[in-house]
Amino acid sequence: MRLTDEEKGMLDGVEGPAVAAAMDLLVRYGAALDAERLCDVRNVATSMTQPSPVKAKLVREGGWDKAFAVISLDSDADLTLPPMRVATCQLQHGFGADAAGVVPYPAQMIELQADAEAFYGRHGVAILATCTPYQVGNIPVRGEHCAWMESSAVIYANSVLGARTNCEGTASTGAASLTGKVPCWGNHLDRNRYGTHLIEVTVPVNDFLGWGMLGYFAGGLTGEERPVIIGDISRPDLVDLKHFGAAAATSGGVELYHIPGITPEAPTLAAAFGPAPVPAPVRYGPAERRAVYQTLNSQGSSTDVDFVLLGCPHASVEQIGRAARALDGRRLADGTELWLMVPRALKDVADRSGYTEVIERAGGKVLAGSCPAMSRAAPTGTRVFATDSAKQAHYLPAILGIEAWFGTLQDCVDAAVTGRWRGELR
Amino acid sequence: MITMHGRKVVGGVAAGEALVSHETISGWGGIDPACGVIIEPRHELFGQCFTGKILVFPGAKGSSGWSGFFQSTRLLGTAPIGMIFVTLSTKSALGAVVTRVPAVTGLDRDPCAVISTGDWVRIDADHGVVEVIPAADRAP
Repeated sequence: MRLTDEEKGMLDGVEGPAVAAAMDLLVRYGAALDAERLCDVRNVATSMTQPSPVKAKLVREGGWDKAFAVISLDSDADLTLPPMRVATCQLQHGFGADAAGVVPYPAQMIELQADAEAFYGRHGVAILATCTPYQVGNIPVRGEHCAWMESSAVIYANSVLGARTNCEGTASTGAASLTGKVPCWGNHLDRNRYGTHLIEVTVPVNDFLGWGMLGYFAGGLTGEERPVIIGDISRPDLVDLKHFGAAAATSGGVELYHIPGITPEAPTLAAAFGPAPVPAPVRYGPAERRAVYQTLNSQGSSTDVDFVLLGCPHASVEQIGRAARALDGRRLADGTELWLMVPRALKDVADRSGYTEVIERAGGKVLAGSCPAMSRAAPTGTRVFATDSAKQAHYLPAILGIEAWFGTLQDCVDAAVTGRWRGELR
Repeated sequence: MITMHGRKVVGGVAAGEALVSHETISGWGGIDPACGVIIEPRHELFGQCFTGKILVFPGAKGSSGWSGFFQSTRLLGTAPIGMIFVTLSTKSALGAVVTRVPAVTGLDRDPCAVISTGDWVRIDADHGVVEVIPAADRAP
């Protein structure tokens, strides 16, 4: 990999040991990718404050500087963290103090994270506390090079916003935050941004459930490549594409897709494929739709639901309002809980709009900044959960060892109110 | 013995028993770093441990937590001793870097077809060479 004089200086320690360690990681990472050079980034979305047993041990041994060196730079060096060089935000993480006593989550994790927020905040990290930074003010512009983690945010930034980021990890975003550099590879290059697969939708896809299932199909079909979607689809909104992308990045590793006429880099079908010919389409029809639904519902056997999870990726204000309307005047079944996960900043909007009160009156909880998968936490004794998120239905059985049902918001709210899953594909 | 050639992802030499996945692997939500086990219920290697093995797989899928979870296997002493994969991505590349084990990709044959679980495998990542002795040919 070719380094500029500035980058060589960083590697040689001109800007201190932490920046040198960051550049060392980028050089090792760039070599692993066979990247030709680094590119400049001014927008980093990372995970530094998420508590974990490994992090707790490192903090005990050498404080937060040590935890940052090992986890965020993959360095064994003894170093002191300088301020962030470029704008850096914290993605979703564990539960905060407002969840103490509300959800079963260890107090020492809440304390560890509070310490982390104070430490990293002082060093210039914005604690957005959401998997959807694009919902709370971090909206990169088209063509902007970024270093983002969180697969559902990466696919949204690339596809819907036209920004350029690979699906980075903890160490590469940590290194980018101190250098403003990341390997110029993959999605940063024009030639890697054209579609590879054409999916023709022949069954109507026009709601949140439908977009999520189509995303899950697209990810399963294309793996880490780039689907282009045409056919019988409604004009999607932020919420639809948030679900579509999260699902495609769960069943596969999709980081970029195009919807001709809707997403910015595909004004036309031909443009979506660039210099390559448009390939023959793969059909997504009623049979494929049913197969996805059955896959996502293959991890449930008992219809006794004790937990309903909404807001993955973190809910928009509109989704919070929809959940409040669906729960207004109703009451959750005894022994059933409902959690709605929201960005930290939008919890305030939910409170001030009266949504939180309606949801809490029904027995539900509006929880900020985290999710059951990140925190490995669900209501005590949960055996069977229901969700409207394809991503959460996929992951939570593995992470928590519980059964899953997947359906619409209405299916989920009905399950919360009756304690029974009665969802079906309509 | 079968010999394959590819390119280095992370340098070094490692030799040991292979654990082969024909499906891509999730890091976050796919493995438990505390015990080095695949935990995705529908995965072909569900419940199997990769600690001390050469992990052979088509590629990484899912969350960007991939590299961080494999880094944790190193910090917790449950890491594989080498990696061989087909599809290079930011997840698998950074994951191999922070796991700090010899890793290769871009082999001239499909390692997931050529290598079987239980085969003895030697990776010389600096030279991009993988040697395989099938389990059936190994002395008992």
